[in-house]
Amino acid sequence: MGAIITLSLLGILILYLGLYKAKNALLPVSILGLLGALAYELYYWQSDAVPMYKGMVLFDHFALAFSMLCIVLTILILLLSKEYFKSISENIAEYYTLIIFSLTGALMVCAYHNFAMLFIGLEIMSVALYILVGIRRKDKASNEASLKYFLMGAFSTGFLLFGITLLYGATGTFDLAVLKEYIIANPTEVSPLFYGGILLLLVGLCFKVGVAPFHFWTPDVYDGAPILITTFMSTVVKIASFAGFLKLFSMVLIPLNEFWTPVLLTIVIITLFVGNITALMQTSFKRMMAYSSISHAGYMLFAILSIGANSASGILTYAIAYGLSSIVAFGSLMLVKRHIGSDQFESFNGLGKTNPGLAFAITVAMLSLAGIPLTAGFIGKFMMFTTVMNDYHTVLLLLAAINAAIGIYYYFRVIVHMYFMKGEGEEPVQLSINFKLVFGLAVLLTIIIGIYPDIIVSLI
Amino acid sequence: MDNLFILLLLPVLSAIILAFIKSSSARWAALLFSIVQLGLTIPFICQFVPDASIQFAQSYTWIPSLGINFQIGLDGISLPMLILTNGLIPLIILASFAHDIKGDFYALIAFMQAGLVLVFISLDAFSFYVGWEAALIPIYFICALWGEGDRIRINLKFFIYTFFGSLLMLIAIIYLYQQTGSNDLSWAKLTQLTLTDAAQRYVFWAFFIAFAIKIPLFPFHSWQPDTYTHAPAAGTMLLSGIMLKMGLFGLLRWLLPLTPEAVSQYGTLALLLGVIGVVYGSLIAFKMNDAKRLIAYSSIAHVGLIAAGIFSFTQEGLQGAILQSINHGISVIGLFFIIDIIQQRTGTRNLSELGGLASKMPILAACFLIIIMGAIGLPLTNGFIGEFLLLKGLFNAPAYGVWFAVAAGTTLIFGAVYMLRLYQKTMLGTIHDTHSGVSDIKGTEVLVLGIIVLLVLIIGILPNYLLHLSEASVSQLLQQIK
Repeated sequence: MGAIITLSLLGILILYLGLYKAKNALLPVSILGLLGALAYELYYWQSDAVPMYKGMVLFDHFALAFSMLCIVLTILILLLSKEYFKSISENIAEYYTLIIFSLTGALMVCAYHNFAMLFIGLEIMSVALYILVGIRRKDKASNEASLKYFLMGAFSTGFLLFGITLLYGATGTFDLAVLKEYIIANPTEVSPLFYGGILLLLVGLCFKVGVAPFHFWTPDVYDGAPILITTFMSTVVKIASFAGFLKLFSMVLIPLNEFWTPVLLTIVIITLFVGNITALMQTSFKRMMAYSSISHAGYMLFAILSIGANSASGILTYAIAYGLSSIVAFGSLMLVKRHIGSDQFESFNGLGKTNPGLAFAITVAMLSLAGIPLTAGFIGKFMMFTTVMNDYHTVLLLLAAINAAIGIYYYFRVIVHMYFMKGEGEEPVQLSINFKLVFGLAVLLTIIIGIYPDIIVSLI
Repeated sequence: MDNLFILLLLPVLSAIILAFIKSSSARWAALLFSIVQLGLTIPFICQFVPDASIQFAQSYTWIPSLGINFQIGLDGISLPMLILTNGLIPLIILASFAHDIKGDFYALIAFMQAGLVLVFISLDAFSFYVGWEAALIPIYFICALWGEGDRIRINLKFFIYTFFGSLLMLIAIIYLYQQTGSNDLSWAKLTQLTLTDAAQRYVFWAFFIAFAIKIPLFPFHSWQPDTYTHAPAAGTMLLSGIMLKMGLFGLLRWLLPLTPEAVSQYGTLALLLGVIGVVYGSLIAFKMNDAKRLIAYSSIAHVGLIAAGIFSFTQEGLQGAILQSINHGISVIGLFFIIDIIQQRTGTRNLSELGGLASKMPILAACFLIIIMGAIGLPLTNGFIGEFLLLKGLFNAPAYGVWFAVAAGTTLIFGAVYMLRLYQKTMLGTIHDTHSGVSDIKGTEVLVLGIIVLLVLIIGILPNYLLHLSEASVSQLLQQIK
């Protein structure tokens, strides 16, 4: 809880710093605050996990691990922000504040133990994002993205609330532990309201994590939003939503899995194909990443589809791999876009010659996204496949294999453009020290987790 | 010095060092590293006791929470492959000296060597898979960065094709991982599993397709000719000389002991695919005018025969397959190197534009002839003993052995025809006016070809040592599957 309070206060502090024109203090103070929040989470790691504040939140290892991941990813994203915000806006304090508020919501979603907290967390996370997506007021694409995101977000929240209401109608509680007891006590005669509630909750959560067929907002929103905000949405927000998703299903709804497994299975298969095949056809790197994030959401659903002992650590490993690679991918896109002015694949041409280090980092990120051994992405994929194999969904695995092979095509396209195509200029892309630090760290972690994954896998 | 782990560590370290050498002295450093690696292999060869046991075994806990260990070791099947890998890589590096290439190229070769060594020495399905993929990434970059023509599309096809096969294998590995109950992936544990017939069938096909794509067996070969033709000479040598042996080795190490029932059920079908490959590859090789493509198709024929030998389930067939894997590696590297030399000197490798080079390049012509003899399988060359054992194995195969032996035996005739045609079109006849200024081979070129010629003759005259290495392991494997 210390982390959530720290972050809330930090957001307000940053706003005041902005008011008093202390522009240079914004980034250091934000990073320090985030590190403080991280320290709080680490401090709680050893203590016993009991639901706190009348069962509102629960800081178990699951919640803490995902919270820490979200905080670390946010730190990395903010480190990339220094010049980026200056180049697109005058009032940069708002950016920091809103991102930190959104992160606060994400932490609540990771740690909720009561539907009220889930709802509040999701809303805090999303409302801040609605503004962030549309923050370039004069840019039409940004405005469109914001409106779309807002409408879709409101819509999905409606579904979610309706689902929560139905569950409440059936059981008379918002508390996860009580809900679980209800299902265990009535194994055969669960109220029909409950089933309806599950379906509506599923739809609402699927909207939030952006899986097909509820994905239509993702490409436009990811494309229209400023790149840094896209990075934040596709990593922190998505990972937190998945943590919430998994918690609900693994803690509460698992006894009813015969009911929701077929629904989720259909969603997973559609998601894999829609994400991958549409990603194949993109000419813009940013849109490709948007669609690939849909297919990654499909892979992450594997862990929810067959919940087992390794589900939580599997999804955590996958999320770390995906988050690190995405940050490198989007970060490099920011660089080349500033350099060339376009976010098409062609912007990456010749990078292997002019910036071998940067090209290497992007290559590692792409290999990790594609799930090649010796990168963290492979370990994530291995664990996801293992989880699904528990339930013998062999056909699903076969489809997943086909999709992974399709994925190679568009991830390697970046590599092809970097190494095998001639760039226009000889001038290398300029990297500031922050970018070097973030890329170096992300690549190092990706390879270390790829070679020695036990540090992550044994966490939860 | 009997720590196998060093053989993995050294190539990785040298890859990291080589990546930062920008000058052309990188090639000397690469050569030095590869020779040290070869030197480090020698103690294992000397200390190896040719019985069926696993030797120099090492086990480290790797991912305890998933129950995965890192296990390596050598036996009579993997030692020849290890010798092949570490022996050929210095030759391949030497052969690339004529090209002006920088450290990153050699770094990729060294990294690939680490992957190959891991594939051959791993006794654990997880590390096997890691090595399998780790060898694929560098060869993709080698072929796509230094290749020619339509290299981008072709290499992407190659990569996706093989990657899909690997994923099937990964699914099978994960399935086996669940079956052990204790979440163990060690080779010893997996080969003792008793799977149901249905499960064996699925596992068989998953592994078989992955290996068949890599070998490549007919009809999974469509990536091979294009990839070989458009790769740089060193890339083609790595692919044909060593990498495809990964598939053949995979059959012996994993497929046969894992799914003995399914293997005996589908063995004849796999054998048939191998024999079809022999005839098909040879027939197309007749027609080829591009010398590199000709050897690519001849390679399909040769590895088809090796795979057929493995699926004959006879002592001769399996031992012949291991020996012929080495022979094929040596010969094919020599052939691709000679084509590369010819192309550098004359600017073409099109057979209709070549001829009469023997008069200007007598040393090359002599080496070429001996290597071709080896590839055809004339007595006193390495190919003879290998092909003889393979055909004898086929003859003794459980079903229709005679007919398979007859069909596969055509390789001797066909091989002679297309190989001698290659020789005749390049070396004999009248020389083209534009090529009258070409000079004979010298320096490192003589060294490489000399070593290859020596190996062709030594293995041809004294094959017993190599055969002895694998004898006990092969007979144990055969007992296991019968």
